[in-house]
Amino acid sequence: MTESYGAAFVVRWMEAAAGAVEREAGRLTELDSAIGDADHGANLRRGFAAVAEELAKEPPGTPGAVLVTAGRLLISTVGGASGPLYGTLLRRAGKELGEAGEVTRDGLARALAAGVAAVGQLGGAAPGDKTMLDALTPAVAALPESFAAARAAADAGAAATVPLRARKGRAGYLGERSVGHQDPGATSSALLFAALEEVAAG
Amino acid sequence: MSGERVGIVLVSHSAAVATAVAELARGLAGGGDPAPLAVAGGTPDGGLGTSSELIAAAARSVDAGAGVAVLVDLGSAVLTVKALLAEGDGLPERTLLVDAPFVEGAVAALVTAGTGADLEAVAAAASEAYAYRKV
Repeated sequence: MTESYGAAFVVRWMEAAAGAVEREAGRLTELDSAIGDADHGANLRRGFAAVAEELAKEPPGTPGAVLVTAGRLLISTVGGASGPLYGTLLRRAGKELGEAGEVTRDGLARALAAGVAAVGQLGGAAPGDKTMLDALTPAVAALPESFAAARAAADAGAAATVPLRARKGRAGYLGERSVGHQDPGATSSALLFAALEEVAAG
Repeated sequence: MSGERVGIVLVSHSAAVATAVAELARGLAGGGDPAPLAVAGGTPDGGLGTSSELIAAAARSVDAGAGVAVLVDLGSAVLTVKALLAEGDGLPERTLLVDAPFVEGAVAALVTAGTGADLEAVAAAASEAYAYRKV
């Protein structure tokens, strides 16, 4: 039987993501100070804290609505490029889920794939550009297999950004000097899938 | 034609940059009040960054019914306005993200809006600033 997941599961995912971002904010900012403007950890922490607070106050009734709410809050609270990017990822995925009360892992993978495509369109980036897409794209592709496979693919994708040369955002101006550093956005994307696996494991 | 002028919003990571470019544009447009112009600079706490709340508030403040042209500097300013437009709420109905260099585009947009031109003409004038080669 195919397991399906309701709004409460997605709320727990967002709470776990907020916890992971809180724990790892220092590392994200450290990575971002190497090739970015050293605000990724603080920005995401502010955004996901706002998401967790709002979802605790007034949890929406469907998985899609939870993701749309989370996405909208990230856009309005983060203050850096990761806000509209993560916001678009979650909001688009939420819209794909529509009004359904429950979602299967396959359904979630399809919705997140639409979200990832929207992120690529918004930022004009593709896999290999040393961005969050390098973790998100393989993670979403592996999600139909299992939550653990998605997490492993995200981690591997983030690690694989180290030798890449950045082509987007502020790091793109660094050219060759961006080589040798792990991308902060790919790293935080991997946290999102670690949180998903954690919540799915119960 | 409603007779109303197009509103202009300048979005920068820095409040100082947004305010200074607005002053420059007003000055080069001949002073006075050529068209509604508002800035969304930095974050609400005074830091560098982009605030969707400041952008939405600025856009609403200059919306007189003829549309709002938004000029942005870079990175999250571009992405935030695009994400707000995709969301379909928060910004006035006829809000356009203008593809233009920030300083030159601001001057061109304000001067053109001051002539009573429509939103498309204001956007086109700002975008044309890309065509002016300096070397």
